[in-house]
Amino acid sequence: MMGTWLGEMATAVFSPGMFSFSFMQNAWLSGTIIAIVCGTAGFFAMLRGSAFAAHALPKIGFAGAAGAVWLNANPLLGLSLFSIGGALGIGWLGKGARRDVVIGLVLAFGLGTGALFLSFNNEYAAGAISLLFGQIVGVSQSEVVDTALLALLSMAMLAFLYRPLLFATISPESAEARGVSLRMLDILFLVIIGVATAITVPIVGALLSFSLLVGPAAAASHLTHRPGRAIAVSVILSVLSLWVGIALAYDTGWPVGFFVASVVVLVYAMARTGATLADRRQRAKSVVATD
Amino acid sequence: MTTTWDAREEILALQKVSVHFGQRTVLSEIDLSIGGGEFIGLIGPNGAGKSTLLKVLLGLLPPSSGSVHVLGRAVRRGSAVIGYVPQKIHLDPGTPLTGRDLVGLGLDGHRFGFAIGGRHRRERIDDALRSVDATHLAQSPVGRLSGGEQQRLLIAQALLTEPKILLLDEPLSNLDIKSAREVVRLVARISRERGVTVMLVAHDMNPLLDVMDRIVYLAHGHAVIGPVDAVVQSDVLSGLYGYPVEVLRTRNRILVVGGQDTELEDWNLAGEEHCDGGVAVS
Repeated sequence: MMGTWLGEMATAVFSPGMFSFSFMQNAWLSGTIIAIVCGTAGFFAMLRGSAFAAHALPKIGFAGAAGAVWLNANPLLGLSLFSIGGALGIGWLGKGARRDVVIGLVLAFGLGTGALFLSFNNEYAAGAISLLFGQIVGVSQSEVVDTALLALLSMAMLAFLYRPLLFATISPESAEARGVSLRMLDILFLVIIGVATAITVPIVGALLSFSLLVGPAAAASHLTHRPGRAIAVSVILSVLSLWVGIALAYDTGWPVGFFVASVVVLVYAMARTGATLADRRQRAKSVVATD
Repeated sequence: MTTTWDAREEILALQKVSVHFGQRTVLSEIDLSIGGGEFIGLIGPNGAGKSTLLKVLLGLLPPSSGSVHVLGRAVRRGSAVIGYVPQKIHLDPGTPLTGRDLVGLGLDGHRFGFAIGGRHRRERIDDALRSVDATHLAQSPVGRLSGGEQQRLLIAQALLTEPKILLLDEPLSNLDIKSAREVVRLVARISRERGVTVMLVAHDMNPLLDVMDRIVYLAHGHAVIGPVDAVVQSDVLSGLYGYPVEVLRTRNRILVVGGQDTELEDWNLAGEEHCDGGVAVS
């Protein structure tokens, strides 16, 4: 009795073909890869307060993808070129207080250009929806390889820049005094976000990929006090969120971006609530101790 | 006595250093010669050029003319000989970073790749934490510490390269009187024990009166250096400001006040934040 019930549950959650269809295998593989990159890069995006840039780059990447579709080119190539170009533009033009303005303009320009390129295509609506909100059938086998290579590149850059990036983020004046070039780091980091964006958009979508970059890292910062551990927790939460999102999207046929964004919000809310409760308990304990 | 530097040896030398930003002269022909283990207070009102002088000393801003030498060599950016303590760090309370992580950045934060743990690294960080009495802050999240506690950790961070010079940029400006006094006492002790030359920037000289060896008084881009009693005199500072100012000494405190009615808004020239003397200006 119990066994059949469990079996039915399992078939409902893990619908037939979830792991055997090749497009699903591509989705699991590239999804896991992008979740690892987003969880890691997101830690620094959160620490550096680059959420707005992380929000804008997928939009300019969206224009690149739409342009590539129009020209019958590789969408991932268009995505990478545009989001990395956007990152360099924000880095070069957006100094100090002007940064918000530049990012906002990049965002608007990206969405506008993307709409134009899509209108040149015949499948306007379908193309727009999958690019903006993501689709689990968005990755082909060859694109999984490209995704893995781009992921490797951004992870290698993050590993190489780890210490100076942390130093420059935490206390920029001291880092500069020790010879760290703040400007170079800033631009390189935006490029990393651009690469992470390029590989995330095909699955999670241009409008929602931002959630994967910011949510898990923010949740992780509530759960640990050490930077290394925070990155590890962020990666774990990011991968789990994406897995749940892909599975539910396959079961229901609803957009994967919706599920990923919702799960990330839920994870963040739980982490924050948990941290607040733990804090309160600790404070109550220390009050008792001092009495 | 652990002093390794002869007090008479010249550690820091500035010759005719000038800095111009366009038409504006920020520093004008500054000459300084500072020896090993000296405690120097760099004092001056806002806009006097203190931050610019610090940038020049750190090699971040090449002077328009003149030369800067540290230990006999032309100053260069990122030198481990100079330890720098910034005014403040701006961290969210939830930032995942402990006191130990913050201090460790001073050792190898500028290097690429990851920090390779190991006993040697740990011991050096422990040692720096001990020397600022912050061992108990090692595991605390830095974003939740008080301004004074963060300041102590930043000093420990700057000490990790075993610098010969410690530059502190307005370390007292965000602190209450008690924490400010503790930081001054701590820096003086470090200077004495390690033979480190200290240059501490402040707009109020009073918290430093007991510990300063010499004062560098900066105003309108010009500097005067010497013992407090020689520099902080009405005639000397009047020459520096370019208009009459008066130096008042009261209850072991020094006030520098503008001497003209038209300069009344400037009566507080040296930023008497903690003034408790009730001095009236007429």
